[in-house]
Amino acid sequence: MTITASVTLTINGEDVTREIEPRETLADFLRRDMQLTGTHTGCEMGVCGACLVLVDGKATHGCLVFAVQAEGSTVETIEGLSERGIIGDIQAAFHERNALQCGFCTPGMLVTAHSMLAPPGVPTREEIRDALSGNYCRCTGYEAIVDAIEAVARQRAGEEVAA
Amino acid sequence: MKARAFRYVRPATIAEAFDAFAEAGGEASYLAGGHSLAPALALRLQAPDVLIDIAHIGALRGIVLDGDSLRIGALTRHAEALTDPHIAAHAPLLRMAAPHVAHPAIRNRGTLGGSVALADPAAEFPAVMLAMGAEMEIAGPDGHRRVPAEAFFLDLYQTALEPGELLVAFHVPIARPSHRWAFDEFARRRGDYAVIGAGVMLDMDGPTVAEARIAFLSAAATPVRARQAESCLAGRLLDAGAIADAQQALAGDLDPPDDEQTPAAMRLHLGRVLLGRLLGGLIDNAAVAA
Repeated sequence: MTITASVTLTINGEDVTREIEPRETLADFLRRDMQLTGTHTGCEMGVCGACLVLVDGKATHGCLVFAVQAEGSTVETIEGLSERGIIGDIQAAFHERNALQCGFCTPGMLVTAHSMLAPPGVPTREEIRDALSGNYCRCTGYEAIVDAIEAVARQRAGEEVAA
Repeated sequence: MKARAFRYVRPATIAEAFDAFAEAGGEASYLAGGHSLAPALALRLQAPDVLIDIAHIGALRGIVLDGDSLRIGALTRHAEALTDPHIAAHAPLLRMAAPHVAHPAIRNRGTLGGSVALADPAAEFPAVMLAMGAEMEIAGPDGHRRVPAEAFFLDLYQTALEPGELLVAFHVPIARPSHRWAFDEFARRRGDYAVIGAGVMLDMDGPTVAEARIAFLSAAATPVRARQAESCLAGRLLDAGAIADAQQALAGDLDPPDDEQTPAAMRLHLGRVLLGRLLGGLIDNAAVAA
């Protein structure tokens, strides 16, 4: 017998109610049930950061929470963030700096970048690297990713950035 | 891999949580932040019939000053240890250790109670509880009891928690002006489990150490007090000689794990280097205070 439970949450601004297996992670729920496949599943044990989404505004591993735990929560995925235009400058900087190769890690990188750039101020490169310590890029693109995030931080602070 | 199928219940009170545990005949796990439990379930290291989600129990939340101690609810998130003003003022060692715990997203969900109840000897918060002299408030079907951190960590992943009991809160003696605090660790990469780490509390009488409490992580099967090193410091001027003696004494305090990447002798050496840096960093503070 399959045990199911009801979950109601808001995903990218849309109210959703589904009957699901409690063992289904939020990442699998987003991908399978909601067809939001921008949330990637890599290690599925909270190490690689490819599954990061925002839960109630905070960066959260979709693989480390079960969807039933998100009852009543507001979830925003990479699809919501990009369609809302709120990370347009970060996406543009990633593009300009070649801060991605295969792109598998990019949704998680963007969620981390969005979270760390939310407070005012320009983080140091060390702080950016610290924030990215839970995001793996197997194409070894870290230098360009740090460049891109630093460039956006400076742009947002009103500084001139060399192209 | 994916977790085995389980039933999920979300009690609103501690009493309801105990009822759910009893109903499951003990084949249940409590779920708080779940950031150690979820991977364990995915790897099928654990496969309980029921997950009891305690994250919505109000009695497990809150950080309040209670006379000479700070009561920190077990559901306090790692990230709150970085931002809560009560923790910064009254339990500074928690604040110092928090940036070393995993990564930002993990800190958004992981709870202090979950980390301490799991009792991973490589984790920061259990060792910090020892160094701070915290007491654990534990609830069971028969009522609440308090266990000092000293008596809480029994062996590898073994604590004084009986099956079905819940860790409710930490009671931390608040920092006094004469206290000096330091925390650091060696990790290969930021966010990795530490090769070795330590938290230090010195109670200073001018330039003299009245009392020292030193707790190491990744140095034994449990977080461990360095009692012989502490004895070397008590009643002495905090100077190079006292620090060297404390470093030497660590051999009798630590029982470091031995593995291919990090031999026990290397861990002991790094523990001495770390202790030297932590204590050395407190000399100036002590002199300024004197």
